[in-house]
Amino acid sequence: MGLQSYIAERKRGKDILVMAHVVCGYPSFEENMQELEIMAEAGVDLVELQFPFSEPSADGPLFVHANEESLKAGTTIDQCFKFMAEVSARFPFKVLMMGYYNTAFKMGEERFVERVKEAGGVGYILPDLPVEEAVNLHRLSEEAGIEPIILMTPTSSDKRLAKLGLASRGMVYAVARKGVTGSKTNMGDDVLALIERCRQHTNMPIGVGFGISSKSDLDFLRGHADIAIVGTAALKIWKDEGAPGLKTFFAELMA
Amino acid sequence: MDIFDFSDGREGYYGEYGGVFLPEILQATIEELLECFRECKADPTFWQEYVALLQNYSGRPTPVTYLENLSRELGGAQIYVKRDDLNHTGSHKINNVMGQGLLTKRLGKKRVIAETGAGQHGFATATMAAKFGFDCKIYMGAVDVARQRPNVFWMENLGAEVIAVEDGQKTLKDAVNECMRDWVTNMADTHYILGTACGPHPFPEMVSWFQSIIGMEAREQILAQTGRLPNRVYACVGGGSNAMGLFQGFFDEPNIELVGCEAGGEGVGSYMHSARLAYDDASVGVAQGYKTYFLQNEEGNMNETHSVAAGLDYIGVNPIFAHLHDQGKVRFEAATDAEVKETLKLTMRTEGLIPALESTHGFVVALKEAATMSKDEIVLVNMSGRGDKDIFTIADALDDSKWKRFIEGKADQYRRERG
Repeated sequence: MGLQSYIAERKRGKDILVMAHVVCGYPSFEENMQELEIMAEAGVDLVELQFPFSEPSADGPLFVHANEESLKAGTTIDQCFKFMAEVSARFPFKVLMMGYYNTAFKMGEERFVERVKEAGGVGYILPDLPVEEAVNLHRLSEEAGIEPIILMTPTSSDKRLAKLGLASRGMVYAVARKGVTGSKTNMGDDVLALIERCRQHTNMPIGVGFGISSKSDLDFLRGHADIAIVGTAALKIWKDEGAPGLKTFFAELMA
Repeated sequence: MDIFDFSDGREGYYGEYGGVFLPEILQATIEELLECFRECKADPTFWQEYVALLQNYSGRPTPVTYLENLSRELGGAQIYVKRDDLNHTGSHKINNVMGQGLLTKRLGKKRVIAETGAGQHGFATATMAAKFGFDCKIYMGAVDVARQRPNVFWMENLGAEVIAVEDGQKTLKDAVNECMRDWVTNMADTHYILGTACGPHPFPEMVSWFQSIIGMEAREQILAQTGRLPNRVYACVGGGSNAMGLFQGFFDEPNIELVGCEAGGEGVGSYMHSARLAYDDASVGVAQGYKTYFLQNEEGNMNETHSVAAGLDYIGVNPIFAHLHDQGKVRFEAATDAEVKETLKLTMRTEGLIPALESTHGFVVALKEAATMSKDEIVLVNMSGRGDKDIFTIADALDDSKWKRFIEGKADQYRRERG
């Protein structure tokens, strides 16, 4: 089943879905698995598995640190794909690869698509790969039946959104504000206007990410976005309060 | 040849290198920049204003100096040096910075950010920002802040805020990442003054354009002084902006050999160097907004780099050079840390010149080759920066015991004063 129909099916039971995020190998693959168990139990619908990269220039401080520590601990791409395969076999949620383009470029785009597919991934998010540079990768993905997730942003012109809309598959990732991951976003008219503009250019379900950290954020997005994307907030809780904290966090978030 | 004519190829690509690999949120900003740059490049009054500014503020044109003593001592080719060290702030970096400063005004932006390695680019940017009245923030790897305190001192006193970047290797590449993070947040009022001919299009073209003033002047000067063009032209290559600047004066001459001199650090096989093209350790990748040769592992994560010269200590090389290297139009060699220290001593004693550690890499290769050439041949070397302002680094590199005693004495004095 494609990502778009999966999202449609999950949305029959609830009015907003949740996509969560872990950085592979940080703090460790064991802890990643514990986090994912909690996320699955809470009913998370989608998970991004971030493959660590040495130059994560779109990420904020917490994820930068996570990327760095994971690489320092020796995390390899093989380990990430192996983990992805385990995770997608074990949990009901769907899994996306998230990372930077060099990871795909170095192994070869064809091999990259194959490996995401083999590991049970339904798609990937490469925030530093603009659509102009993604033509071949998108073609390969379409052939393999996995989805490249397009990002739409508040600074994108209508002309640009139209172009992005044409390339969108599975779902669209709407970036709620300028900046990097991890700082608070003020949920207000700007975000609603962005979702509205995205809708004009794509029929795909829309996930909103960057700075989503609480139930009130989720409530705000309910009825507007299809998916709320929670990244840094969950990692921060895991670091500060461990498993009990993360359980409470997701229980409250998704109540 | 016009390497910046994209009509037959893809905009911003040099062969398979270059391009724009940025987060979607910056797309509009980079388009706005490209549009403004195209206007400036097409407007002759912009270039006139730029040249006048450098003449009146930075002392251009910088001279070409004949190294009579060294040429005689080595007994080979006649050695000439382009003196961009004589610029205000002590390096060629000011050329690009003043150009981008004028462009920032056209963009109507009020704030500038910049990465810096050795500190020369940060120093130049802080200077420009003070003159033009821009808010200025400089990102610098914490390792570089520690080894280049005098430059940090000047940047701060010129009114810039200097941020020590604690991520990654805490050097130049990490400062670039931090600039990107600032830019994705503040692009509405901020221009990113990238310091070298790297990064996403149009930066490689734009920085090369501003630096081309070096080569234009040098070509005229060497013709005036010797009545002919040089046989070989040398410049150090970190990102590659001073080399692009000088080489552009000679691109159309098939008989002139252009030699880029990279940081060989501890040498071939040490994996402690920054030689992307001269050694075989780099491969093609995509990072920091562009595609080029990077010192990276098989999985595409960047390797640690090293050089005695902070300004050359960088993972990637400008995409234009990657292409010209493939085509055999520019030859790449490396100079090791040890060779740089010896050549610096030689240049100081024989000619009274103090090149920056970065620029000394060009001297190493040029002097080595000049010695094997005939007396009626000419070599031209770019002295892109001056070394006297890097006294701490050079004193360290030369392991000067009297200097160390002076610093110890200074430290004791500060401790006593603090009570």
